[in-house]
Amino acid sequence: MRFGGRSGFFHPGFFLALFMLAAPAPALAFRIFVTNEKGNSVSVIDTDKQQVVETVPVGRRPRGVSISPDGKLLYVCASDDNAINVLDVATMKIVRSLESGPDPERFALNHAGDLLYIANEDNAEVTVVDLAKNLILAQVPVGVEPEGMGLSPNGDLLVATSETTNMAHFIDTRSYRLIDSVLVGKRPRIAVFNRSGTQVWVSSELGGDVSVIDTANHQIIRKITFDVPGLTKEEIQPVGVVLSSDGRKAFVALGYANRVAVVDQQSFAVEKYLLVGVRVWHLAFTPDEKLLYTTNGNSNDVTAIDVAREKVIKSISVGLEPNDLVSSLH
Amino acid sequence: MIDRLGLSLASLLLSFALAIRVAVVAPARAQTAAARLEVRIGYIARRIPPPPLYDLTATPQDEGVAGARLAIMDNNTSGSFLGQRFDLDEAILAPDQSAVTAARKLADGGDGLILADLPADQLLAVADALKGRDAVLFNVSAQDNFLRGKECRANIFHVAPSRAMLTDALAQFLVVKRWPKIFLIVGQTAADESYAASFRASAKKFGLTIAAEKIWTFGPLAQARGDAVTQGAALVFTRAADSDMIVVADEEDNFGDYIPYHTADPKLVGGTQGLVAASWHRTQFAFGSEQLQDRFLRLANRRMRPVDYQAWTAVRAIGEAVVHVRSADPGALAAFLVDPQFSIAVFKDVAASFRPWDHQLRQPLLLAQPAFLVALAPLPGFLHQRTILDTLGVDQPETQCRLP
Repeated sequence: MRFGGRSGFFHPGFFLALFMLAAPAPALAFRIFVTNEKGNSVSVIDTDKQQVVETVPVGRRPRGVSISPDGKLLYVCASDDNAINVLDVATMKIVRSLESGPDPERFALNHAGDLLYIANEDNAEVTVVDLAKNLILAQVPVGVEPEGMGLSPNGDLLVATSETTNMAHFIDTRSYRLIDSVLVGKRPRIAVFNRSGTQVWVSSELGGDVSVIDTANHQIIRKITFDVPGLTKEEIQPVGVVLSSDGRKAFVALGYANRVAVVDQQSFAVEKYLLVGVRVWHLAFTPDEKLLYTTNGNSNDVTAIDVAREKVIKSISVGLEPNDLVSSLH
Repeated sequence: MIDRLGLSLASLLLSFALAIRVAVVAPARAQTAAARLEVRIGYIARRIPPPPLYDLTATPQDEGVAGARLAIMDNNTSGSFLGQRFDLDEAILAPDQSAVTAARKLADGGDGLILADLPADQLLAVADALKGRDAVLFNVSAQDNFLRGKECRANIFHVAPSRAMLTDALAQFLVVKRWPKIFLIVGQTAADESYAASFRASAKKFGLTIAAEKIWTFGPLAQARGDAVTQGAALVFTRAADSDMIVVADEEDNFGDYIPYHTADPKLVGGTQGLVAASWHRTQFAFGSEQLQDRFLRLANRRMRPVDYQAWTAVRAIGEAVVHVRSADPGALAAFLVDPQFSIAVFKDVAASFRPWDHQLRQPLLLAQPAFLVALAPLPGFLHQRTILDTLGVDQPETQCRLP
């Protein structure tokens, strides 16, 4: 779950940051936090300099990463440690580690920032953790190998994908009840809501498509497919999806196709393919949605994309096997 | 760095949390329990006799069936959301028991979907005995090329890779490495000759040269753990024509592991030992397979072997078909398995599917040395107009299989 919809602009910290920076234009530099799955580290990229400014050690096999709503804490899944590391964004030091259940891969943070919804890939459950108490509140059984976790804009609905059961599981976050399970394409990876919460987009890595599901009736209203000239169907493996909060564009990372697809959110038409790095998995906007970053797992780099121009700006070397990434809020 | 306050709080409130868990979880299961579809799957295998001598890598007693059991659990997790329930009926045969009788009994009892972990001749006998009945067999272990060729049957689906697929995978690797000159060493069993024949065909297909070929006559030296007198003879034996690599055809592990380091020249070894092509390997952790490996280890207390994986894949393929067909009817499921819509995620990058012309599961294969994964086949650069997976094994224009 990305925080693509939340704008850093209205955050009080924004103005403070502006004062403190006093740098030449572009004035607003964000930091992108990248988990390096095989490097056991987080690389920090300055979006102004477009380079890595810091690399900090974290737990083993870091994958999913999220930032707290106030932008002060970074949550990193340390899959091989069966824990979630919490880092202070100001110091980039691990301040605590949370019980996560076995093999946490990805998670969503609720909008209040006090609950984590974790996909426990090894035991077919979604674990709900109270962050303040470090207490497991509920474990909801879902399909085999849960992975993607998407939270609706109002926070009432959680969608978890299960990679081997091939379903999007709709969970009521008030009762922790499973409401419905929708069959999607093979190996669903990511679930992400649009800004209005009327749709959830689910990428299927081996199905090679993105299912757009109507959140009112849980029907698939469109399966978006991709066709890159010169590539086989097998090479097109959609994983990361982000939706612009103005409702216009969607970006889909296509794995071994090494490209990010630009999709019209309204017509579902695929408009363009941007060549990035090898095995592109996850995507993150800066809070102003001017820049988009991609993790390219097999070329060990991150690509920066200019969203308005739909152009690749630069590829930035990070640690070993970059997996997931998130932007600072200011 | 575990939060100690949180931990103590957690233990204090553990019983409370457990109570919540039961309360919130139960309705989710109950809600999905309606409209059950029962799917019964049979599993026929010969009981494996224990090795006469201590064997470091003896075949486990539950090989294959353990993979089927895991896939039944996976299918049931998915099935719980769809009102589908899967059960496994295991028929493990004593040496004197007939596979045909056991298969008939399974089919009579309502198991129309049967995994067969049997040698080729018994598999064919079972297939012919069940011909015309509403029953489908899934071959999870026999690799013989003729089962996918002249002796193919409409009621068999092959989940085990054919020898042709295995030797093609190795040949592709040798082409990519530019090691085209091969010294082929063949054992004296019929299976060894089958493997050698398959490798010769692969060499021809991919343009490798068999620079020399010899029959291994020194007996099971690898199983006997070496022998100083024959070591000298073996050293002389390996002085063959100039070659880039030795390929051994030794399906019973009699001598292949003896060859490395006992050669006259420093030579790499591949084939049935050394660098081996297989459907699965214990060191395969890529493409999300870590979770499958972990689940299997927890269930069986050992690492997943190729036959386990093939049985897992067979039961999962049935599960996938049931999800789409919404029926347990073997005929309807078999029809869907060869439908272009059917595919199954098999933790080896691209999805697998069945070839309609010979019912072989087209799948990526792993090339591995004992403790490390070396490559994934098809190797990069081998292309095909339909799917890259059809660069492995016998393709449609060459097949001798004529299914009705």
